[in-house]
Amino acid sequence: MENEAGALSRVAGLFSARGYNIESLTVAPTEDATLSRMTIVTRGSDEVIEQITKQLNKLVDTVRVVDLSDGGHIERELMLVKVRAEGLLREEMKRMSDIFRGRIIDVTDKTYTIEITGAGHKLDAFLNALDKSAILETVRTGASGIGRGDRILKS
Amino acid sequence: MELSGAEITVRCLAEEGVEYVFGYPGGAVLNIYDEIYKQDKFKHVLVRHEQAAVHAADGYARATGRTGVALVTSGPGATNAVTGIATAYMDSIPMVVISGQVPTPAIGMDAFQEVDTVGITRPCVKHNFLVKDIRELASTIKKAFYIASTGRPGPVLVDIPKDVTQFKTEFEYPKTISLRSYNPVTKGHSGQIKRAVQMLLNAKRPMIYAGGGVILSDAAKQLTELARLLGFPCTNTLMGLGGFPASDPLSVGMLGMHGTYEANMAVQHSDVLVAIGARFDDRVIGNPEHFYQEERQIIHIDIDPSSISKRVKVDVPIVGNVPEVLTEMIKLIKASKEKPDQAALKTWLTQIELWRSRDCLKYDRSSDIIKPQFVLEKLHEITKGDAFVTSDVGQHQMWAAQFYKFDKPRRWINSGGLGTMGFGLPAAMGVQLAHPDAMVACVTGEGSIQMNIQELATCKQFNIPIKIILLNNRYLGMVRQWQEFFYGERYAESYMDTLPDFVKLAEAYGHAGRRIDNPAEVEDALKWAFSAEMKDTLVFLDFRTDQTENVYPMIPGGKGLSEMILV
Ligand SMILES: Cc1cc2nc3c(=O)[nH]c(=O)nc-3n(C[C@H](O)[C@H](O)[C@H](O)COP(=O)(O)OP(=O)(O)OC[C@H]3O[C@@H](n4cnc5c(N)ncnc54)[C@H](O)[C@@H]3O)c2cc1C
Ligand SMILES: Cc1ncc(C[n+]2csc(CCOP(=O)(O)OP(=O)(O)O)c2C)c(N)n1
Ligand SMILES: [Mg+2]
Repeated sequence: MENEAGALSRVAGLFSARGYNIESLTVAPTEDATLSRMTIVTRGSDEVIEQITKQLNKLVDTVRVVDLSDGGHIERELMLVKVRAEGLLREEMKRMSDIFRGRIIDVTDKTYTIEITGAGHKLDAFLNALDKSAILETVRTGASGIGRGDRILKS
Repeated sequence: MELSGAEITVRCLAEEGVEYVFGYPGGAVLNIYDEIYKQDKFKHVLVRHEQAAVHAADGYARATGRTGVALVTSGPGATNAVTGIATAYMDSIPMVVISGQVPTPAIGMDAFQEVDTVGITRPCVKHNFLVKDIRELASTIKKAFYIASTGRPGPVLVDIPKDVTQFKTEFEYPKTISLRSYNPVTKGHSGQIKRAVQMLLNAKRPMIYAGGGVILSDAAKQLTELARLLGFPCTNTLMGLGGFPASDPLSVGMLGMHGTYEANMAVQHSDVLVAIGARFDDRVIGNPEHFYQEERQIIHIDIDPSSISKRVKVDVPIVGNVPEVLTEMIKLIKASKEKPDQAALKTWLTQIELWRSRDCLKYDRSSDIIKPQFVLEKLHEITKGDAFVTSDVGQHQMWAAQFYKFDKPRRWINSGGLGTMGFGLPAAMGVQLAHPDAMVACVTGEGSIQMNIQELATCKQFNIPIKIILLNNRYLGMVRQWQEFFYGERYAESYMDTLPDFVKLAEAYGHAGRRIDNPAEVEDALKWAFSAEMKDTLVFLDFRTDQTENVYPMIPGGKGLSEMILV
């Protein structure tokens, strides 16, 4: 999208006005500072996805829309999890983080903060694998996606 | 030379060739008004309410095809304009609205007369801008006009903070503009056009369903040529009336909720339906499940891809500008050796005539109470079908659509998508200013006219001699009709009590008026209103019509096209 004030609210407004569901939305400027790139995760029948694509394209600030799930693609999401890390849990948390290729990026004598990246389902799996009562706080970015191989999105 | 933002704004409007600006002043736009005072390139029309400014700009745009312009102040000026903007948005009308805003340092401070105009209008504009830097003012206004008038047209709002109107910069109006993120398609896909033409040539029960897109793109000529070339029947939506001449034998009139029996039956029983600049609105096709016909194939021509396969799945989608696509189709049909099956077509047209003979628009002509349909038939007769007719919203609107047979595009001006009561009078002002010598009639109801009645003062000030045809049934008639049919005749708040004396009211504003109680007086009153003697006078005709008349046919909500209630 054009990196214009209000572009984000046009997209968010479109989804709420037309009753489409938004699971996550990430946005940041690209290497070309006049453009920003948004990854939206949504769900709907083929007809609904077709309408969403058309409606997004119709926004004057939209440069291009692709449905990444039409072809091979990679998606990644970043999550930070603050967990209890006392007593027996301290070792357990370190081990779980290693298994999921997380990194402990902040440590206190009572807590760890683990950074973990992957597709959404991997982050879900990590949370499921932890003892619920050990999770103090989580924050997720929502997915960013890109096409596989030579597939690129250009204006 | 450096110019102030206010001077630049005014210069940009002049550069765009703007003829009229409809507006209302206030603190945030005083600098702009000061520049308007000093110039003579365009005229400013002072309305009495900002909603009317936008409707007037809208009426001007619908009657001419040019972009309408409205100017309002911040806060309440902008919020008053919202209904007008949404009205234009729903009907895809090219318009630029300029709103004042509080000075940039005050934005977000809950300043006096501050509202987030860009935020409030976002869902009902094609696009909008807040100009924070004076160096971007001229290019933004250029973009606004470009976006409003190209592709699927629509209103664009430019919000200008007061300090931006004060600052100075070099003025240069961009000659052209190109936006990498906005490139409407105009030429249809040639493969799809070929497929569509083949489908038309093979059709046995063809039907053309033409909408507002034909009017908006000035394609009445091409549509008429196509229909006549093939000998195919044509129906128009409420927004498409006049796109195909109503007097042509191939015309079956309007379709939809209050469409004719023949139009709705023909659409439902067709084997090839070609939708041209029409969007399968719920008032047109009713329930999509009832509308669906297994063996019918649909071709859909529309410039907006999101109009296609939105409510109804189509077989041949063509994204493109109507006149260009139709010209291409006509060329291919003329070049083809094939012709539609004439025997099948004859059988089909005979069937349609049978449906037509049901005479679905009949009404009691012997009544000694004035029938609204009769007034409209007489209006058509006396104006020789050559008037511009604006309307408000309700039963009178539907009767005007059914009984004033429009042969030309841009003559029928009404709010279809939003259905805004209060549209008719201010829209008529815009139409009359655009066509000073034309006959302009505003068909209205006593409910609707009171929503912008204050504009009678504007008409006086600017000598706008429209003729107001009030079909006064002392009811919010359309509401009353629904209550009669679907709410057990419980007429909750649909009776218009304590009506003013409209004749005296018109006279109080400096106009002429007459009240008409008998059918025998109808013709004379209309002749008087449209006489040479009254040419320069606004005439307000208060027709006391039958209080319980209903609009037929009617398709109840949730039903299909062939499930009409008939008289
Ligand atoms: C009380 C009431 C009753 C009503 N009853 C009826 C009824 O019985 N029948 C009826 O028809 N309507 C009725 N309406 C109106 C209805 O609500 C819709 O406004 C109307 O049907 C829409 O008309 P349309 O499909 O022609 O589309 P429009 O709203 O006119 O849209 C135009 C379409 O054309 C496309 N377009 C624009 N420019 C171009 C171009 N250059 N090239 C190609 N495509 C273009 C647009 O993208 C859009 O899809 C009623 C309204 C009211 C208020
Ligand atoms: C601003 C607005 N408010 C409410 C409505 C709902 N509405 C549709 S038709 C109608 C009645 C209109 O009455 P009148 O103008 O007298 O016309 P009639 O139907 O009697 O011809 C109403 C209230 C509307 N369309 N617009
Ligand atoms: Mg009424």
